[in-house]
Amino acid sequence: MELIFEKSRPGRTATTIPEADVPEVAITDIINKSLLRDDVDLPEVAEVDLIRHYTQLSKRNFGVDVGFYPLGSCTMKYNPKINEEVSRLPGFTSLHPYSPVKFSQGSLQIMYELRQYLSEIFGMADFALQPAAGAQGELTGVMVIKKYFEKKGQKRTKILIPDTAHGTNPASSALCGYSVVTVRSNAEGGVDIGQLRELMTKDVAGLMITNPNTLGLFERNIEQVSEIVHRRGGILYCDGANANAFMGATKPGDLGIDVIQLNLHKTFSTPHGCGGPGSGPVGVRKDLVRHLPVPRVIKKGKRYDWKYEFPDSIGRVKTFYGNFNVMVKAYTYIRSLGPGGLKKASETAVLNANYIKERLRAWYDLPYDRICMHECVFSGKRQVKESGVHTSDIAKRLLDYGYHPPTIYFPLIVPEAIMIEPNETESKETLDAFCDTMIAIAKEAKENPELVKSAPLTTVVRRLDEVKAAREPDVCWGRV
Amino acid sequence: MSKPNPADRKYSKEHEWAMDEGAGTIRMGITDHAQELLTDIVFVELPAIGKKVKQMEPMAVVESVKSVSDVFSPVSGEVIEVNKELEEHPEVVNEDAFGKGWIAKLKMDDPAELNNLMDAARYTEMIKEEKH
Amino acid sequence: MDYVPHTPEDQRQMTEIIGIKTVDELFADIPERYKLKGLLDLPPGRSEQEVATLMKGISSRNAVPPITLMGAGAYNHYIPAVVGHVISRSEFYTAYTPYQAEISQGILQAIYEYQTMIAKATGMQVANASMYDGASAMAEAAVLAAKTLSREKIVIVRSVHPEYRQVVGTYAWANGYEVVEIPYGKSGQLDRDALSNAVDDRTAAVLIQTPNFFGVVEDIAAIEPMVHAKGALLVSAFTEATSLGILKPAGEMGADFVVGEGQGFGNPMNYGGPYLGIFASTDKFLRKIPGRLAGATVDKEGKRGFVLTLQTREQHIRRERATSNICSNEALCALAAAVYLVSLGKNLKKLAELNIRKAHYLKSRLSELAGWEAVFTAPVYNEFVIHCPDPKMANRKLEAAGIIGAYDLEKDYPELGNSLLFCATEMLTRDDIDRVVSLVA
Repeated sequence: MELIFEKSRPGRTATTIPEADVPEVAITDIINKSLLRDDVDLPEVAEVDLIRHYTQLSKRNFGVDVGFYPLGSCTMKYNPKINEEVSRLPGFTSLHPYSPVKFSQGSLQIMYELRQYLSEIFGMADFALQPAAGAQGELTGVMVIKKYFEKKGQKRTKILIPDTAHGTNPASSALCGYSVVTVRSNAEGGVDIGQLRELMTKDVAGLMITNPNTLGLFERNIEQVSEIVHRRGGILYCDGANANAFMGATKPGDLGIDVIQLNLHKTFSTPHGCGGPGSGPVGVRKDLVRHLPVPRVIKKGKRYDWKYEFPDSIGRVKTFYGNFNVMVKAYTYIRSLGPGGLKKASETAVLNANYIKERLRAWYDLPYDRICMHECVFSGKRQVKESGVHTSDIAKRLLDYGYHPPTIYFPLIVPEAIMIEPNETESKETLDAFCDTMIAIAKEAKENPELVKSAPLTTVVRRLDEVKAAREPDVCWGRV
Repeated sequence: MSKPNPADRKYSKEHEWAMDEGAGTIRMGITDHAQELLTDIVFVELPAIGKKVKQMEPMAVVESVKSVSDVFSPVSGEVIEVNKELEEHPEVVNEDAFGKGWIAKLKMDDPAELNNLMDAARYTEMIKEEKH
Repeated sequence: MDYVPHTPEDQRQMTEIIGIKTVDELFADIPERYKLKGLLDLPPGRSEQEVATLMKGISSRNAVPPITLMGAGAYNHYIPAVVGHVISRSEFYTAYTPYQAEISQGILQAIYEYQTMIAKATGMQVANASMYDGASAMAEAAVLAAKTLSREKIVIVRSVHPEYRQVVGTYAWANGYEVVEIPYGKSGQLDRDALSNAVDDRTAAVLIQTPNFFGVVEDIAAIEPMVHAKGALLVSAFTEATSLGILKPAGEMGADFVVGEGQGFGNPMNYGGPYLGIFASTDKFLRKIPGRLAGATVDKEGKRGFVLTLQTREQHIRRERATSNICSNEALCALAAAVYLVSLGKNLKKLAELNIRKAHYLKSRLSELAGWEAVFTAPVYNEFVIHCPDPKMANRKLEAAGIIGAYDLEKDYPELGNSLLFCATEMLTRDDIDRVVSLVA
């Protein structure tokens, strides 16, 4: 397909700018010529061509609205349309962030109440909504830990992270000056308690766990983990990426979690937009609230206001107040589902994952064979051994059948990992059809491995040359 | 199958080779076995000339599409030359790891350190064991 | 309302296959004493109709002002209808990050085109697929400079947006870097003597903004040699993206990084977010910059296609050695920006000119009032600082008319005394401006 630049013709435009209704002044009388530029070399197309270009591009893109999207650890649940519709109300979209608070009581109410709802769901004392995404929430959470020890006058230099963790965990820790120490998993996929005990010394700021972990397994020894970390004065951090597993079933705060970050674009149904915007609230236990980012919404009587003065705060991580419009969607979702709906969502997500696990267990290796939470992790080892078909081939073959593949090669401790997260919004028919396809591919891998290895055959492009893309980077048209 | 490991040089357990070039200098690179494990190499981050390194400390980085690996210095010393060819053509490491795909030349602090490395036969034995 | 499709019969069949009697059994790994017995204490769930009514009610507690005179990092621009239309296509907004390239060619190509347009607009060779916002883009550029040069001092000008300075401060504190603030001069441009004194061979980066927080255009060509002479890197930021349509881009004048807020390109003000951070650099930093990059390549049949590339820079591969932990970005906002730029094309310059003229008119009219006087002499884009007898009274009068007034500089710049930062975009008509002037007179 042509690039928009290749469709450009000098003199065309898709927009007109109003004529100036103020007195004509030469621009060079206002700004010196040496500070001005020539035209930006942007594409010139008519409106209809613009629309057709992007409509064609959209048809070359796969979203939840197109088909089943069991991408593990990403929680690609259905994005309810009412959320989108209300988020586009002019009251939410057209207000300047520095509007006087009397003009923005609705926005402040949403943020204030969303914080309360999240605190109740996760058993935390309070949440900050400023972080723009999960990774920024995580960074903010580690900053809170750093500030906590700084204020206590304790020098702690390390953070413990299990070997199943997502790559952001070590990256966030390193950006706060911590060195990262890996804790290995035990035979049943949980934290190795013996090793944790050894590693959890006085110079360790805390442990970052993901619960349920990236194997989709709930940390059975969570009480022990919490006890070991806390006895040494450490902070127990939970990456809440997998929060869709336990809403209404248990509260992280009750389990001893001191800091948690969420991903509203996973758990709370806000769409992921091809990679963002997200929203990554951070929740903390009571004595850490004073370290959260500023400003914070407060309520005086019936009136909401902004408060900036929190001297022990880590400061600000983002301009204004966070991704407000994403919060509107998450708020709408919580108001739609209520406590019963949230509980049912998590229960069904877990039911669906266990159902897939049962249906596929005869066909793919299951390295950790126990009840899973909202996702299940298989290994494609058997297929590699039997016919040289790798997990990446199976993923590509799924494209031919009209599915978005599961997450693959993660977590790193499972060779040829296939991580399936079905979500609660999928029907039994969808799950069955997907399982039937996975079984059909397992058979293809045996009988006709070359077919699987050459997939995809039906997509708009075939397998792309990633080596060429990395060796001869072309990230800007016309520059190579 | 990787190419045979030449007997004219020494090997580290992290899969680097070092060839004594006389006058207290060595030429070094990664082994053919290493390039095979890494698959298609897309970028080599070369050390700066003059950089001082200790034996088995990271001195360069090789990247494939989905991995990043340190290259460890087989000896302590100072980097005196790097293989500029790799900046434009990292694939040379895949094609000729023991020859044109060399990474750097170093002036050794202590030539005796070469004795800490393996000879070709022992290295070949080691990678055979790794496979099992 | 929930979105679970299972019937009781579906659920029965599924539990039977799993081999359990009730769904509760699936939660057996949660220690019994931590299992919630009752329901969460939240408002009850509602039907879609009730929720729609509820949300309309809350939105009506926000004003939809007829006139906005506030800029200061978020800008009120007209958004062509095509922008909302394109980003409402759910093939785009319900997709995840395009890791499976073959079924994500749509967004990958759109991002590749976005990167190209941003590189052209900033005068740079490389632009990434977006960051969270302008402030975090600036902070990440500073961190990258420090890590690349192994230097720990960051110099920032006081005329950089106060919240950007705070974000840089937070990221620098976390990394253990020192931040030194230098003043602006009488003209409103940065104080070059102070810059030259502050930059030394420990300095990793100099962070400036143009147009700066006061709307003043900086003379980057004059600043650049002072920064590079000490081996430091120049990070030039902007908060008002449309200014790129007419001002000579920092990339053409020797900046190493151009970062900024892309909201002005087709994204509504949204009470502060989501927006998009623009991050552009010279070729030299291609393999070091944070965030995602879409790159062109070919498929096995030689057909052009796009992939996420140079992923070894990113946290999921480099882990604790990554220079950034960014993962999600603001892809849909970047798509909006791309559609906006395509829609305007060469008219971006005309739009920028219109902004300059409206601001010039507002500034001239306000300057006619007794006791009102422009504070800075250097050229401005669509914002300017004006001294007036009683800023709070002026804003109160505007608010009483339902108008979002100007930014009161007292809190962040006490040294400027009674001063307001006004912004005029193409959204203000001459009548609006005349009305504003008569209201504050």
